[in-house]
Amino acid sequence: MISPFQERVQAALGDRNLHVALDRATAQLGGRQSMALSTLENSDLVRDVARRAKMEILSDLGGNLKRFEGQLLANGAQVHWAEDGRQANRIILEIAKQRGLKRVVKGKSMATEETHLNAALAKAGLEVVETDLGEYIVQLADSRPSHIILPIAHMTREDVGRLMEQRIGVPYSDDPRTLAGYAREKLRDAFLRADLGITGANFGVVQTGTICLVTNEGNGRMVTTLPRVHVVVMGIEKLVPTMADLDLFLKILARSATGQKLTAYTTLIRGPKKPDEESGPEELHVVLLDNGRSRILAGETAEILGCIRCGACLNACPIYKNIGGHAYGDTYPGPIGAIVTPGLRGLRDWNELPGASTLCGACREVCPVRLDIPRMLLSLRKDCVEQLPNPLGLRIGMKVYGMFASRPALYRRLAKLGRWFLRALAEEGWVKKKVPGLAAGWMRVRDLKAPAAMTFQELWRARKGGG
Amino acid sequence: MQERPKKVQLFHTCLINEVYPEVGMSVVRVLERLGIEVEVPLEQTCCGQPAYNAGFQADARTAARHTISVLQRTEGPIVIPSGSCADMVVHQYEVLFYGDEEWLAKAHGVAQRCHEFSQFLVDVLGMTGIGAHVEAKIAYHPSCHLLRGLGVRDQPKALLRAVEGVELVEFREQEECCGFGGMFSVKNPEISGSMMDRKLAAVEGSAADRLVSCDLGCLMHLAGGLNRRRSSLKTQHLAQVLDEGLR
Repeated sequence: MISPFQERVQAALGDRNLHVALDRATAQLGGRQSMALSTLENSDLVRDVARRAKMEILSDLGGNLKRFEGQLLANGAQVHWAEDGRQANRIILEIAKQRGLKRVVKGKSMATEETHLNAALAKAGLEVVETDLGEYIVQLADSRPSHIILPIAHMTREDVGRLMEQRIGVPYSDDPRTLAGYAREKLRDAFLRADLGITGANFGVVQTGTICLVTNEGNGRMVTTLPRVHVVVMGIEKLVPTMADLDLFLKILARSATGQKLTAYTTLIRGPKKPDEESGPEELHVVLLDNGRSRILAGETAEILGCIRCGACLNACPIYKNIGGHAYGDTYPGPIGAIVTPGLRGLRDWNELPGASTLCGACREVCPVRLDIPRMLLSLRKDCVEQLPNPLGLRIGMKVYGMFASRPALYRRLAKLGRWFLRALAEEGWVKKKVPGLAAGWMRVRDLKAPAAMTFQELWRARKGGG
Repeated sequence: MQERPKKVQLFHTCLINEVYPEVGMSVVRVLERLGIEVEVPLEQTCCGQPAYNAGFQADARTAARHTISVLQRTEGPIVIPSGSCADMVVHQYEVLFYGDEEWLAKAHGVAQRCHEFSQFLVDVLGMTGIGAHVEAKIAYHPSCHLLRGLGVRDQPKALLRAVEGVELVEFREQEECCGFGGMFSVKNPEISGSMMDRKLAAVEGSAADRLVSCDLGCLMHLAGGLNRRRSSLKTQHLAQVLDEGLR
């Protein structure tokens, strides 16, 4: 029987359309961003400084959150703490219910993907419209984003054209501009009718209590200013120390995410509408979401909380390019997901993700804050071995391996036995018969070369003896 | 300037010992032709990487302690004809012995003496041209641990370019992982196979008649894929090309 993860993988690998979409998306984004980061002046130094700022935040996350909360309150925002997704959703539903809010527009937010907020809102009878173009399409398809930056990385523009034709009754087109125009029509109406705006946050500035939001479509600005109430859902790790740090982060985020020097719209929010101001929401609520982050912070993968969600590691990852985002099975796909998901959701049910990597290091190379993703994957693999039940055969196998690897004579004898066994199954240098165990997995997709008749050490000794 | 070493220790790796002994012999012949005496510590077994990558760090430590002890008893530079085994000793032992001062110091001492084969020739001996001649169109696959782990990008290409008659052929997504990944290749064979197909299609789409790398893990995987598709493309370790060219 194969696992749900392997099932998703096989479905993804067999989906040709998915590969067309993924190749287009990752080549476009990956090519652009890798050039962009290197055009940044002193890019190595900027990355080091940004990394240090994030690690500094994490080294006293509790204290920094307290200071951030103090600033938010001073700015006139209301602050809510949510231990998990369910609590976050409950807080938001309560805000809506108390004020009779019915129509929600949303900015792009991975945190609310994590909490399944849309489903909770819909269940309570609220109308929800995603206003980021990609998220809007995902919502039309009743699906989930497959990429942090490009929610529809799994769809071709032809797919999008057909979907829009079916769901909103517009004439088919595969021209991105036309398709965006269709969405704009629908969204304009939603913006004007909405009484509750919900967004995530790209950064929260401890020093000033500023919430920073970047978008390329300007929808963030509409969501945060038009409705009567604005709710920000923000993971507790999204802090940066100062406005000067924010400047650095905006530079590397835009470059690493989309290859831009700066995202088209940068929205800085410091509180609700003031009495003398004309626009803006009457109330600003900030929901600080833990949902497993404190657990990650306490472990060996705490570094991952420095992630700024640029998605660069996805575009660089050869595994992601082959299986896409949905195969990872949860909110965060790719290398980042392979670490965050077991952290947030528990290693037991997500133990295959850290193993589904070749540790090739492409992610580490492109990460703007230099997260050592391979190191963290290895650390999670260790946790899998130490904390979860593992097949007895594997455990014994590894124990035997360790014992024999420290006893050369025994090691050679065991290796000789293995060589003899595989050679017995081989013809013309290749294993021809079915082999049990690990070799079976190997032979599913490629041939297995038979071991040599004489080992290197035997050849070496013979040469020495002869010469 | 460091003095040119006269003698090296060869850490030959498991794959060379059990499957590709001829590659080990090529390494020896090339080094000897360059006037370097080669010693093989016969007590060596495995660096511990298979257990380490699978998360079995305690068992990996047993293997690593043995490797360190064996290599510690020797002197001079240690040549490792594999990017991933070299990266294991040079970088991962540090992780494995984190918090264990005694073994960390021993591991560090050994790691400082270790060089991957191409790295040794170019960075330690300071050679690229060794007077070899081979007529071949070569696609070079930079293995990930060599490239991104040890940071060895140009050395193998410089060595190949200096071989008379060799034409280095570029191909699409050249620095992308081939999909081997050790245990990954058997635990996730479908993804691994898909990555391999992509790599092989890129190489086959080039004008190359040989696929050369510095890691036998990758090469065993790619050769297995080529054999399954009955391709005539030949796979070789860098040392084999140099050895062939010196005959």
